[in-house]
Amino acid sequence: MSPRRTGPGPLSHRDESPDRLYTVTGGRTRSGPDTPFDLVTLVVTESEPAPGMQSEHAAILRLCRRPTAVVEVAAELGLPVGITRILLSDLLDTGRISARHPRTQAGGPGGYRLPDPDILEQVLVGLRNL
Amino acid sequence: MDSATSDATPGPAPDVTPDPGHGPSVAGPRPQLATTADNGLKIVVVGGFGVGKTTLVRSVSEIRPLNTEETMTRAGEEVDDTSAVGTKTATTVAFDFGRITLDAHNVLYLFGAPGQERFWFLWDRLFSGTLGAVVLVDTRRIADSWYAIDRLEHHGTPFIVACNDFGGPAHTEAEIREALDLGEHVPLVECDARDRSSSKYVLITLIEHLRTQVARATPQALQETPV
Ligand SMILES: Nc1nc2c(ncn2[C@@H]2O[C@H](COP(=O)(O)OP(=O)(O)O)[C@@H](O)[C@H]2O)c(=O)[nH]1
Ligand SMILES: [Mg+2]
Repeated sequence: MSPRRTGPGPLSHRDESPDRLYTVTGGRTRSGPDTPFDLVTLVVTESEPAPGMQSEHAAILRLCRRPTAVVEVAAELGLPVGITRILLSDLLDTGRISARHPRTQAGGPGGYRLPDPDILEQVLVGLRNL
Repeated sequence: MDSATSDATPGPAPDVTPDPGHGPSVAGPRPQLATTADNGLKIVVVGGFGVGKTTLVRSVSEIRPLNTEETMTRAGEEVDDTSAVGTKTATTVAFDFGRITLDAHNVLYLFGAPGQERFWFLWDRLFSGTLGAVVLVDTRRIADSWYAIDRLEHHGTPFIVACNDFGGPAHTEAEIREALDLGEHVPLVECDARDRSSSKYVLITLIEHLRTQVARATPQALQETPV
């Protein structure tokens, strides 16, 4: 039997209608043409949740008291990455979070760029110390 | 959200089914990153279903592998738009990931991604900025990895090949290289994805391979120029 057919994962939103996701983002469909959030951009809370704040926004602010990658925020909230980016953009625009972007430069579309040698050394040292 | 997943996957979470019982799964609350953490790095682990991607991620990750999904258009554009999900142009792909804190600043994320042809238009965008890739191969099903290797070569993303030992008939390295049509310069290692030190060795092999690539790409004159 194939393990891939054993059933749905734990993510709550997967059972929900698109309407719910629409509500989460207030009907907005994009986080902007140049969304600054990479999957591994680290998000850090700059101000605590305020009363009356949208629950997803408050959840992000609680989660990111310590640096937390965009992809972790999405997984913890049970939301797709795209929706998570919209919510993060809201919080970034209002100064409630800051974003620490990866220093590794992404290549252009369809292109790869070799990483900085210093970064590679740091990765090697870190892995060897595991 | 039938339309969101029907085009992409056999089930809502195809490649991320938790299979407890292997590896040191991390219990308790998610360990948090240091406040100094400021540089996220990525490595992708690709391979066919059941080849051991999640197992490898779990064996080296400091967190229990998590999963999430991203929706993309055929053109390779990310879709934040829930309404586009209803159209034929959007596809949702699920992937799982783990995390390794390397030092006070660097955090490495490992992404496990299915290597099937129909997912590949997503990866260029999804994993842009990745350091490199590990192609996991089950030598009993070598053809499963052909497409992933083609795609990585096409994209120019450096990779190594790690053969998971599932107890099939033994093959020589030369046989495997030939079956994969693998260039001489691409490292080929054996591994047991369930074993932490073996998985760690796979990752180190990839980074050492990248270092070699960097040295090759740097003109000799530059390397020898006194500071
Ligand atoms: N014998 C052996 N079994 C493995 C190895 N790696 C993974 N497995 C097993 O293969 C099955 C599928 O692994 P999984 O990581 O879920 O594969 P994925 O679909 O690529 O994520 C699990 O039952 C693992 O315990 C390995 O190196 N050797
Ligand atoms: Mg898996």
